Amino acid sequence: MSAAVDKDAGEKSVSSAFAGPVWKHGLYAASAWLLAAIVTVAFPDVVPWGSRDVFVALLVAGAVVLAGLAFGVEKLGGFGRGLIHYGPWLIALGLWFALWELITAKLGWMPKPFFSPPHGLLHVYIVDWQRILICIAYTARLWTIGFFSGIIVGFIGGVALGWSKTFAYWGMPVLKLIGPVPASAWIPATFFLFPTTFLASLFLVALASGIPVAILTASGVNSVNRSFYDVARTLGASSRYLVLRVAIPAALPHVFVGLFMGLYYSFAVLVVAEMLGAKYGMGWYLQFQTAYSAYANVYAMLIIMALLCSGLVKLLFVVRDRLLGWQKGVVQW
Amino acid sequence: MVAAAAVHAASDDSAGLAVDFQGVSHQYDLDGQPLPVLRQIDLAVAPGEFVALLGPSGCGKSTLLRLAAGLERPSSGEVLADGTIVARPDPSRVLVFQDPTLFPWRTVRDNVAIGPEARGVLAGSQKRIDDALRLVKLEAFASAFPHQLSGGMAQRAALARALVNDPRLLLLDEPLGRLDSLTRLTMQEELLALWRQAGYTVILVTHDVEEALLLSERVIVLTERPARIKAEVAVDLPYPRRRDDPRIVAQRQHILEILGFSA
Repeated sequence: MSAAVDKDAGEKSVSSAFAGPVWKHGLYAASAWLLAAIVTVAFPDVVPWGSRDVFVALLVAGAVVLAGLAFGVEKLGGFGRGLIHYGPWLIALGLWFALWELITAKLGWMPKPFFSPPHGLLHVYIVDWQRILICIAYTARLWTIGFFSGIIVGFIGGVALGWSKTFAYWGMPVLKLIGPVPASAWIPATFFLFPTTFLASLFLVALASGIPVAILTASGVNSVNRSFYDVARTLGASSRYLVLRVAIPAALPHVFVGLFMGLYYSFAVLVVAEMLGAKYGMGWYLQFQTAYSAYANVYAMLIIMALLCSGLVKLLFVVRDRLLGWQKGVVQW
Repeated sequence: MVAAAAVHAASDDSAGLAVDFQGVSHQYDLDGQPLPVLRQIDLAVAPGEFVALLGPSGCGKSTLLRLAAGLERPSSGEVLADGTIVARPDPSRVLVFQDPTLFPWRTVRDNVAIGPEARGVLAGSQKRIDDALRLVKLEAFASAFPHQLSGGMAQRAALARALVNDPRLLLLDEPLGRLDSLTRLTMQEELLALWRQAGYTVILVTHDVEEALLLSERVIVLTERPARIKAEVAVDLPYPRRRDDPRIVAQRQHILEILGFSA
């Protein structure tokens, strides 16, 4: 149903995107990008932001590539179809760059330390890339160790809670009590309970991602159709088989809901934890640059964070679609 | 036909299991109250026999099958299989449910493979799995997922999943109950053909008098809950039977009267 609608919309935009063999949207986008370049060069900045010429060069290069693509985009296969789909976005992006330049650098309408023109952000990447990379690496280390240890413990704990009555008796009340507390509420306690701030942050990220996984895994294992166990038992299954081959695959859709929740919570806690007492990291960078009123740096980092976080969410979707492909047709996505 | 022979080649002399219900009573616990479902059932099923259990819905027929499968122990009395007390499930006694209960995350073939896989003999069973799929005419759907199957196909897959274990006792709990009437007729013929080739013992629970008469050699009529045996009707007619055979019609009338419907 929704696929059919998407397809219709796609075909419509394709038909209006072309004039004969020429990709019109590509030409429009090239003009928009060129316009942004002209606006950037033609008028002086109210205050210097740096890297203006690099930005202009990038815009012109983009415009040239887009103009070239207008005559050959269809030869690029899947990538080309993606470009055609996002053609209107490419036009809007060029126009937005032009407008953004005008209201910040050129006319100075936006209050000054708080807003930066696009070439101001570019300047941050050019000047500060080493520190940014170090911060990304620190954050990646914290997130990777914290998130994965959290979901592994959460998953194993959840299976135990869902499967064993004894575990459920002792574990469920604790989980129900602790589960709803926002992980950030633990921050004051963790920072003196753990010897280093890194371990404290690690614990917070693991807690934030592990708890939803544990709760949803437990409820998933709990709600497995009892007949599946009966079937497996009459066919000679051991308890081990019932857990690994019946309970866990049947609970997997629930587990993934928990993983998505845990992923979002882990981002939230990650940044907060890094703002408190960390030496490096993306959260620390935001905090540090705000203190120096370096708002261009803050935006530059926010863009990177947006890309990384949405990339991870996308990755989890891909993993889910691989593992839960059998659900298509059972559940409406 | 060839496939059927292959699946059951090893089971010629010991094909059917003798089942003996000895004074079986059973009760469930419902909100702390005992709910008796079976009362003093004595029933001997001969090896290779096809017996139908007929009774009002909710009378405890399915419980008898669960006890024979070893999924539960009776509250009192014993169920014997070839003279041995049934204490736990065993792949030689397979239960097929009213719902196909295929595992939705597994393909048809992987569903059929559950028995061999659970017993750790998957590697040596590939050919038997293919044979079982061919037997129920699902070889073309081996890699389909359960949600892609029709009701009849899903139930045939469930049957293949049972048959691949070379059962000596097939316990059928209204396996055709949810099917449309045409599919049902086809499946009745297929069940009969499979049984006549393989020679295992079958206990079929149904609430369809005609189905019981067309398929079984003996119909056991049960009472309301808690179920007791109300009557036994031998169906001594050759296969294949026709539903308009006057003897079937007469016996149908007879059983309906036993069940309390006088028409």
